[in-house]
Amino acid sequence: MGKVIVVTSGKGGVGKTTSSAALGAALAQNGEKVVVVDFDVGLRNLDLVMGAERRVVYDLVNVIQGEAKLTQALIRDKRVETLYLLPASQTRDKDNLTPEGVEKVIAALKNAFDWVICDSPAGIERGATLAMRHADIAIVVTNPEVSSVRDSDRIIGLLDSKTLKAENGERVEKHLLLTRYDAVRAERGDMLKVDDVLEILSIPLLGIIPESMDVLRASNVGAPVTLADTRSAPALAYFEATRRLKGENLPITIPGDKRGFFGKIFGRKAA
Amino acid sequence: MTDVLTQPRPIRLKGRSFLALALTPELPVQDWLVRLDDLAARSAGFFLRRPVVLDVDGLDIDRQELRDLVSELSNRNVRVMGIEGARTSQLGPDMPPAMTDGRPAADFEAPATDDTAVSKKAKSADPVEAGVVEPVAVPATVTPSLVVSRPVRSGQSIFFPEGDVTIIGSVASGAEVVAGGSIHVYGPLRGRAMAGTTGNASARIFCRKLEAELIAIDGFYKTADDMEDALRGKPAQIWLEGEKITAATLG
Repeated sequence: MGKVIVVTSGKGGVGKTTSSAALGAALAQNGEKVVVVDFDVGLRNLDLVMGAERRVVYDLVNVIQGEAKLTQALIRDKRVETLYLLPASQTRDKDNLTPEGVEKVIAALKNAFDWVICDSPAGIERGATLAMRHADIAIVVTNPEVSSVRDSDRIIGLLDSKTLKAENGERVEKHLLLTRYDAVRAERGDMLKVDDVLEILSIPLLGIIPESMDVLRASNVGAPVTLADTRSAPALAYFEATRRLKGENLPITIPGDKRGFFGKIFGRKAA
Repeated sequence: MTDVLTQPRPIRLKGRSFLALALTPELPVQDWLVRLDDLAARSAGFFLRRPVVLDVDGLDIDRQELRDLVSELSNRNVRVMGIEGARTSQLGPDMPPAMTDGRPAADFEAPATDDTAVSKKAKSADPVEAGVVEPVAVPATVTPSLVVSRPVRSGQSIFFPEGDVTIIGSVASGAEVVAGGSIHVYGPLRGRAMAGTTGNASARIFCRKLEAELIAIDGFYKTADDMEDALRGKPAQIWLEGEKITAATLG
């Protein structure tokens, strides 16, 4: 039985889709079967970031409405053979997602894959709540700025009340992924510091992804950053986050920390 | 002469809850009215000075029938203050207003069962005596409290008009805590805290770290802008002195 991860944030443009693709590709490179599901019906992007936009035939809405079989809609990645994509529909809207339909699709995917990564749309409406509904693990993507942090806090509240686990009296495992982190700007005080964000959200930190041109470059060539340039700083940060996700206890390094590069490593507990 | 507003004082907005008696009519209405009359006969003045809400949820009647029902009740000196569960189409400007979000409370004790009613009737035909309300034992005043042992996230609202609220954790920006009594936050208070909302001027707000967006006690409020900078980020308590919100650091 696979694990269901929702990548969510509340706010748009913080890096949910980039992170979903990067984490999916990183997990799949270890030989585990991974499917990344685009829940952003109407505004799909994941197919572009994964470089599969020219191979989309059927989508999530087709499967939910019984117009296609799940196997017909799944797209296998050309670079990593255990990585799959379930694209969203661009022509429909989120009202086409039904709770029963989503439940069926997620149950089928859980049986066939080790990891089911649900890329949530922004907002707190139907699309976002259905994406998080069946999650075992939630990755809350946050930028180090106040509006993103507050929206993430709102989402954490929903994860504690609107998910199936929460309704059954269990807890969804929650992790914070701090993205677009710019050490220089944080030092100048233009951005919130890591500790400030952690203090406000009080959930364990999964990783810090530095702001980098490599991310933009990767999405422009249609590859998750963990496939496009495995030696780049954001890719390394995503690889580390993946290892933490699987339970490894790695110290977290704050990107751009000059002293952290040679010798002095900041030992910050992940949990 | 024109009035000059020398000191801009905010208007006080208070919440207050009353226990209303909810009547749930059944069809056919005529039969139900007969039973109501029977109840009223056993206890004259049962409906006197009691706010009555008519709960018509799921009742299949149209606007005219509802209007008739309200006037029938009014003929029996039952004044309906609001109607719950009615469709907009069932209501009109000449009808009691719609009410929503009613919270259930304990059932009202109907005055005397049929048997005792008969025996009472046998004893005395005096309706006044039959209507004497039994004295109810008043329990020793206990102040209920609510303990929330996880952070209150943005968008969440803790509403507890019955008494004190204690939060073990933070209250996030965009979250809200409303208490009839005092509010204790063992963590940073970044959202809104409203204490003493049921008219309790002696309620206080305590927090480990004051970064609130708004604080209010008994209807008097202060926004973050009006708060002293010296208290920002400090452990603090807030109370009401007359009509002035006062704050001081703790410990």
